Amino acid sequence: MKDAPPRDTAAISGLIDADIHPRNPQRHDLAPHASAYWAEMFEYRSIDRLEMMSQPQSIGLNQHAEGAQANATPQDIARLHLDPQGISAGILNVMSGAHAAYDPYLAAALCEATNRWLAADWLGQDSRLHAAALVPFVNPDAAVQEINRLAPDRRFVSVLTPLMGEKPLGRREYWPIYRAMTEHGFALAIHPGSIYRHAPTQSGFLSYRVEEAALAPQAFASQLASLVAEGVFTEFPDLRVVLLDSGLSWLPALMWRMTKDWKGIRLEVPWIKEAPSDIITRHVRMGTQAADLPQDADQIARVLGQFDAANMLIHASDFPRPHATGAGVPDWLPQPLHAAVARDTARATFVRLEGLE
Amino acid sequence: MTDHVVCALSELPPGKAKRVMIGTRAIAVFNVDGKLSAIADRCPHEGASLSQGQVGGVIVSDRPGEYRVRTDMKMVRCPWHGWEFDMDTGKSWCDPARMKTRSFGVKICPGATLEEGSYSLEVFSVSLQDEYVVVTV
Repeated sequence: MKDAPPRDTAAISGLIDADIHPRNPQRHDLAPHASAYWAEMFEYRSIDRLEMMSQPQSIGLNQHAEGAQANATPQDIARLHLDPQGISAGILNVMSGAHAAYDPYLAAALCEATNRWLAADWLGQDSRLHAAALVPFVNPDAAVQEINRLAPDRRFVSVLTPLMGEKPLGRREYWPIYRAMTEHGFALAIHPGSIYRHAPTQSGFLSYRVEEAALAPQAFASQLASLVAEGVFTEFPDLRVVLLDSGLSWLPALMWRMTKDWKGIRLEVPWIKEAPSDIITRHVRMGTQAADLPQDADQIARVLGQFDAANMLIHASDFPRPHATGAGVPDWLPQPLHAAVARDTARATFVRLEGLE
Repeated sequence: MTDHVVCALSELPPGKAKRVMIGTRAIAVFNVDGKLSAIADRCPHEGASLSQGQVGGVIVSDRPGEYRVRTDMKMVRCPWHGWEFDMDTGKSWCDPARMKTRSFGVKICPGATLEEGSYSLEVFSVSLQDEYVVVTV
């Protein structure tokens, strides 16, 4: 293993981590934060583990050395991650079945209870912790209500959605959600995971995990194309989208391709008045883990030179999943980008973090 | 700069475009509602003949789902990939500063005036009663 390059510790003070996963809440966590009806239904219907098929937590693969204990409590996350990494603010992203319920009212109940559980059992325990709100995309009215309910609590800084949901994210059905989010400064975070309303590729279901993992960038590209083409960024110029665990190297190709095709097909979408690459550069941010980059520093610099890395990359560890990262920002990150990636771009993106020490 | 008679105006009625050659240079001449314009007949993208393109209104929008056709301006859409060009300036809609094709001066001259000028008249026998399209290169 190569030695990590020397670090400018001053440059990474105020480190922000945009992707930390707490354990999923279970029935006994959520019931105290649900209505009497839903508390009884969680019990009666055996709604408990809320494990997403696409984001399994119980299998042994790709887990932290301490297993399920690594993210069991705020104290564990502080001990294993916030303290040793020197993180000033970390954003908790719950990837649970709350994202996947068909029943629009169950979805709303699970999301609200999860947010209340986060506020009570996590955010209240460690002032460094912040969270992405879960909202029911299957029930936009309820999603707007939940965003408005959480608006005064600035510890919730974003809204989280799985990469592959019911419809492309640009569709107008979701615009009330984006309107409420932008009114209150929430960013939209998109994290890998499918609720399997559709096959994870345009040509059907895949046989092996290696296929699905390798093809996730196609889904990210589809979602970005949808958000741009449908005019979400035209309608909501303040909306910022953060792609987590997305990889990086595919993005310049999408920006180039979409800009090229837009020149000829813009008559269909005349509200797109500037190159899609410019729109993406202004509105889209990417987490640093896991990065699909070469090993060689010169080649890494060439990849990062294909987009506005200083303003588009945000440190996101994906804890507790093990990635090769040293203290703070990833080892591959060139030193001149440290301050931007570790802190500044995140603060400009998660605007509800303002006032952070 | 030399004036070249490229065709009789009757060959380029309103709504039509025509590819003409001046030496080795291909030029697209347009007649839009009686107003003539001339640009290099080669899309700067991949070289398609712009004289084969559709001329249409410039489509603009104030917000998603709303469409307007500008009445004060038309552009030609390249027949291959749809890139739009201003027929007066040769500039593209999407990237006017960098993506453009050359534009040329064009005018209508009565046949009676042509004998007196220094025109390039290789192909035409000019009738004094007709009008002609003259491109300046």
